[in-house]
Amino acid sequence: MLLDIDRVVKRYPGAERAVLDGVSLTLDAGETLALTGESGSGKSTLLHLAGALDTVDGGEIRLDGTAYSALDDAGRAAIRRGPVALVFQQFNLVPSLTVGQNLAFHARLGGRHDPEWVTQLAQRLGLDALLARYPETLSGGQQQRVAIGRAMALRPRLLLADEPTGNLDEATGDAVLTLMLDLVAETGAALLLVTHSERIAARLGRRVHLTSGALR
Amino acid sequence: MIAAAVTALLSHWRRQPGQLATLILGLALATGLWSAVQAINAEARASYARAAAQLGGDAGPVLKARDGTLRLADYVALRRAGWQVSPVLEGRMRLGRETLRLVGVDGMSWPSMPGQGMTLAPADVLLPPGRLFANPETVARIGAEADLPPRIETTGLPDGVVLTDIGTAERLLNRPGALSRLLVLPDQPEGLPPLAEVAPALELTDRGRQSDAARLTDSFHLNLTAFGLLSFAVGLFIVHGTAGLAFEQRRAMFRTLRALGLPARTLTLLILTELLVLALLAGLLGLVLGYLVAAALLPDVAATLRGLYGAPVDGGLTLRPAWIASGLGMAVGGALLAGAQGVLRVARMPILSAPGLLAWSGASARARRLMALGGPALILGGLGALWLVGGLAGGFLLLGGLLLGAALLLPPLLGALLALGQTRARSVIAEWLLADLRAQLPGLSLALMALLLALATNIGVGTMVASFRLTFTGWLDQRLASELYVTTATDTEGAQLAAWLAPRADAVLPIRHAETDLAGAPARLYGIADHATYRDNWPLIDADAEVWDRVARGQGVLVNEQLARRAGLWPGAMLDLAPGWRLPVAGVYSDYGNPLGQAIVDLPALLRHNPDVPNRRFGIRIAPDRAAALAEAIRRQFDLPDDAIIEQSRLKAQSLAIFENTFVVTAALNVLTLGVAGFAILTSLLTLWTMRLPHVAPVWALGMTRRALARIEVLRSVVLAGLTALLALPLGLILAKVLLDVINVEAFGWRLPMFLFPLDWLRLFALALLAGALAAALPARRLRHLPPAALLRVFAHER
Ligand SMILES: Nc1ncnc2c1ncn2[C@@H]1O[C@H](COP(=O)(O)OP(=O)(O)O)[C@@H](O)[C@H]1O
Ligand SMILES: [Mg+2]
Repeated sequence: MLLDIDRVVKRYPGAERAVLDGVSLTLDAGETLALTGESGSGKSTLLHLAGALDTVDGGEIRLDGTAYSALDDAGRAAIRRGPVALVFQQFNLVPSLTVGQNLAFHARLGGRHDPEWVTQLAQRLGLDALLARYPETLSGGQQQRVAIGRAMALRPRLLLADEPTGNLDEATGDAVLTLMLDLVAETGAALLLVTHSERIAARLGRRVHLTSGALR
Repeated sequence: MIAAAVTALLSHWRRQPGQLATLILGLALATGLWSAVQAINAEARASYARAAAQLGGDAGPVLKARDGTLRLADYVALRRAGWQVSPVLEGRMRLGRETLRLVGVDGMSWPSMPGQGMTLAPADVLLPPGRLFANPETVARIGAEADLPPRIETTGLPDGVVLTDIGTAERLLNRPGALSRLLVLPDQPEGLPPLAEVAPALELTDRGRQSDAARLTDSFHLNLTAFGLLSFAVGLFIVHGTAGLAFEQRRAMFRTLRALGLPARTLTLLILTELLVLALLAGLLGLVLGYLVAAALLPDVAATLRGLYGAPVDGGLTLRPAWIASGLGMAVGGALLAGAQGVLRVARMPILSAPGLLAWSGASARARRLMALGGPALILGGLGALWLVGGLAGGFLLLGGLLLGAALLLPPLLGALLALGQTRARSVIAEWLLADLRAQLPGLSLALMALLLALATNIGVGTMVASFRLTFTGWLDQRLASELYVTTATDTEGAQLAAWLAPRADAVLPIRHAETDLAGAPARLYGIADHATYRDNWPLIDADAEVWDRVARGQGVLVNEQLARRAGLWPGAMLDLAPGWRLPVAGVYSDYGNPLGQAIVDLPALLRHNPDVPNRRFGIRIAPDRAAALAEAIRRQFDLPDDAIIEQSRLKAQSLAIFENTFVVTAALNVLTLGVAGFAILTSLLTLWTMRLPHVAPVWALGMTRRALARIEVLRSVVLAGLTALLALPLGLILAKVLLDVINVEAFGWRLPMFLFPLDWLRLFALALLAGALAAALPARRLRHLPPAALLRVFAHER
């Protein structure tokens, strides 16, 4: 078992109800899982917790047996630049760095930079010609491809993706998703992907549905 | 409609109280520093004028007897002829434990008798036993001597001087009917008979005794004013930045108002009114600030001027209407200047247009190009102005062009430096830091320009003041080589003095001069004895070989720097000293604080052409430890007024004290200006804060802690401040060079050599880094404690 989400509770300050109320979920190495649910059901929140971006108010999350609750800020940061990579729906890229620098950034931060691998990724994602450009000059689809490339350059054990194609038109979205699934399969990473789309969910190994703070 | 528009405009400030505070505080700081300097200058000048008036004669014209003895008959004759003169009897006497200077004046005609406003009947002062006026310290030193008239404390007199009615003075000095001089009062009736007819034994002298010192303080005042102006400019950068941001943020609102039918003119007027109201508010606050700063600094300035004039500048401040008006005027003018761009944009704004992509900070490439071109253009313009306009005005234009041009060049230069650094960066964090810095540069440019100006001013003015001190004290050492300088009232007394001194001093060097015209302007021609004192010490800045031998042979003349510069008289040039008397210039010497031209020849040569030049001034060489005793002995023997004997050591100590105090004030203003620049950085960082998160959040999500990011935030600001400080150094040195070589020469006629003070630079560099760190501390702290949820919101679609 790679990821173990165990009866997790999350409450945002000021909100009367907990966003997540005892959610449990496990994910094996190399497994792909689609997480669906209505807007506001807490999918992003769960993903952020799994990515060690935020802390739980109850329950526990373990990655390869390491309990997140035992980690401090630095420990959580180490998770984010080590075994786990994350792709948000948008605004993933560091605005002041070029595409090339963005691609290598995460891997370099994690101390696992492999220039050949990055070059290969850039080629396969069709980014060769864009390496010197800045993110704000790219289209949404191009930006998401850079974000995926940057995440995969790290060779993460777990890739978390929050509606990575939600802002793209269907054709572009499908193409981006295909690239992502290929890379995940090739590197043996596990994937937890949040999506609205039934069609996309169907392309993943397993799916769970989140309603009013609990899994169904 | 207008009411609705006003409400809409004001609602912005309600939502952005921080921005409003920044705007007002920035303008208030600018006005405050400016008016503080004005207050200090005005107070210093007023105090000096007050002191001069009370001491009388120190500033105004005075009548003295040619033979040294002023007769009562002359005074009576003058009064009968309608001359408005006031008699003065001065002498030294033992009062209590010390020998003090007693000045007796005619209480009825004396222009500024102390005790006015006190509960003193004139009869008390005039009739025996009379009253003695002195400052509290002097009164304390007189002690409780019983047989002296009652003492009255007044703050209007320098230490060591006792003022009294002339009748009382006659009694105390035991010199009935004696007069030392007659003060010529300011308001004289018309058609007076000339002095030569009424009292031929008297001569009119303008006792410009303090003029040297006054010229020197002028330089101090100029220095302060330059500081005030630059601080004001630094403050305006803050205002410009915030006002621009406020305009930009309200662009949509302006457009809506226009679309709803508000004429562009009305909108522009409304915005102008808003700006004026804010400026007046800020101006008032600035005046309060200025008052506080001035009140805090004034004791030091007072000490400076007390040391300089021996004149009292009481540490208190008076509120002058002119000062208030000038402060408010500067605030309003400054606000208009800083807001002009925004107002213009509003006035010209089309109703329908896409939201401007061009950011308020001038982030566009066009703005960068403009800066890169405008900077050198302004610098060249300044140089051109110096060349075309020349003079003091040209010098100031050069200064302005240099500073503004350099400020404009700063962002492109910093950008280039950061780009260079990026190519060298090894670690991924350094690479990001530098890239991020470059991206933030446009938003921070104004604040960094303010910092650049503050630092450059610091270095420039600091170098000038320090060079001034070093040069001046060094020059005093050379120029005042004799231990004592004595001036007698008459030639007879002079001869007696010389004879009396001969066995008591190592050497007595007569210093005689003739008033004449040299190179078409009034000047003094001195004759000096050929003595090692001059050969070893005289401050020559340019000379021929064997200069002293040539002067001693009567074959060369020395001229002072002022004359040399004005008339182009450098070694080798010929100077007409009198009809038929023409000598080559053998050397040029520095002569600070003297507005007039001066030349020196060998004494016998002077006497050959001017046999009757007075013989009243002497330099006396004696072992330094015996100088004070000899001075006291001369005073006892010859009853000379206080200012007739200059003790070199005391003058030097006094001069040093003056400069120490100048330093204190300069240093305080330095720190304040730097503080304002630091504040500018802080406000910029706070304004940029909302735009900052999208840059930081991705890096945090990719595995950096908030703590590390907060540290980098501080580092960023420190790096920018440090780079700016590095660039400020050459600018500051150029500034100093211009101040010393152009402004000073134009304003005062002499050039000061420039000395470098690398330790000061280091201290300033450290201060700049500190300012950068402090400014970033608050935003960094915020980042450090930002909840993850806030960072995650950056990636949410609602953004
Ligand atoms: N950073 C936050 N602060 C406060 N409330 C939040 C925050 N993020 C999400 N929420 C609230 O938590 C609930 C779940 O949000 P989210 O996890 O983004 O749902 P989803 O991704 O399924 O649309 C929503 O009601 C949302 O308003
Ligand atoms: Mg979501």
